[in-house]
Amino acid sequence: MFFPISHSYISPLYLVVVGFLIGILGGFFGVGGSFIAGPALRLMGVDWNYAVGTDLAHIVGKSIVAARQHRTLGNVDLKLGLIMAIGTIGGAEGGAQAIQALKRAGNVNTVVSWVAIVVYFSISIFMLWESQKTLRSRKGRSLNAAEPKADHSAFGPVTERIQRIRVWPMVSLPTSGIQEISLWIILLVALVGGFFSGFLGGGAGYIRMPSMVYVLGIPTHLAVGTDLFEIIISASYGTFTHAIKGNVDILIALVMHTGAVIGAQIGVVATQYFAGPKIRLAFVPLPLIGVAIVLYTLLTGHKL
Amino acid sequence: MKKESEKSLRAFAAELAIYAVLVTAYFFLVLHLLGNWLYRLDLQHRILYAVVALLLIAGQAVVLDALTTLLFRLLRRRWR
Repeated sequence: MFFPISHSYISPLYLVVVGFLIGILGGFFGVGGSFIAGPALRLMGVDWNYAVGTDLAHIVGKSIVAARQHRTLGNVDLKLGLIMAIGTIGGAEGGAQAIQALKRAGNVNTVVSWVAIVVYFSISIFMLWESQKTLRSRKGRSLNAAEPKADHSAFGPVTERIQRIRVWPMVSLPTSGIQEISLWIILLVALVGGFFSGFLGGGAGYIRMPSMVYVLGIPTHLAVGTDLFEIIISASYGTFTHAIKGNVDILIALVMHTGAVIGAQIGVVATQYFAGPKIRLAFVPLPLIGVAIVLYTLLTGHKL
Repeated sequence: MKKESEKSLRAFAAELAIYAVLVTAYFFLVLHLLGNWLYRLDLQHRILYAVVALLLIAGQAVVLDALTTLLFRLLRRRWR
């Protein structure tokens, strides 16, 4: 099938299957899946700037479906999601501007590829260390399938120290079980996530979901659901700005999304059967898949 | 319990089959017709294109989510 906006030929079946797989990951982990969608689009010869913008558009649709399902399970903190959306939008604009500057300099593909490798790899290593340490600890071992939403993290003492930082204004997040936390910390987490969202594509859930757990201290299930809700707002803004800059092929996004709808529903249901540290451990290989694909393109020189 | 999950699985498989037919029809009818119009819109009116793109993806999400939920509910009731 020819997609005239990005001038690319891609099998619709390929897009539906990619969308389906990313939908499962999105529903289960609360991520946009850009570490797979971006390289998967590049594999079909779509330029990075189109891969980034189109992926964002697809994420808007998938997150609407997954967040709605998570909301029915009580996994969405609307207050936190709305606060984070403000910081994410600011960061996303910065990321999109950085992409534009690289486009003008003519080295967007190389720089984005190397940044993606470093970021994805760091997240995987950290989450592997933390989730294994948590599962080996007494509290981690006591988490069972009967109480899948019960959560504990080996990084907890650091999180508690962060929550004690008192920079006015302080906000309470009763849905997430947080009595008080500085608004600025929430905004900073969102800003960093937003920057990578605009720069590497996707909703940056691969940064924000772990940040919400480790920095803000949100239980994993709520972090997944709230992240998806927040992604709807921030990815919509990202889609709009990228579309204005000519980086969105909405036809590709619409085809991918037909597969993602089914996948997202499966992913959301699956979260009910896993405790927080197990979800985080299962998350570890995902960014590494993105690293492998991007490394392949750099080493072989194929347009990926 | 086993019988229940068998029913759910069968309903889900049927849902997938019906969904696949509907999506294929959607590709050929809607996307084929929209393709050239969206291409021209992207070239000539970028801001309008951005708004239309967002409305299309959000609209598709709402419609497909409702469709799959409805299909699943109907098929589960049929096999109960």
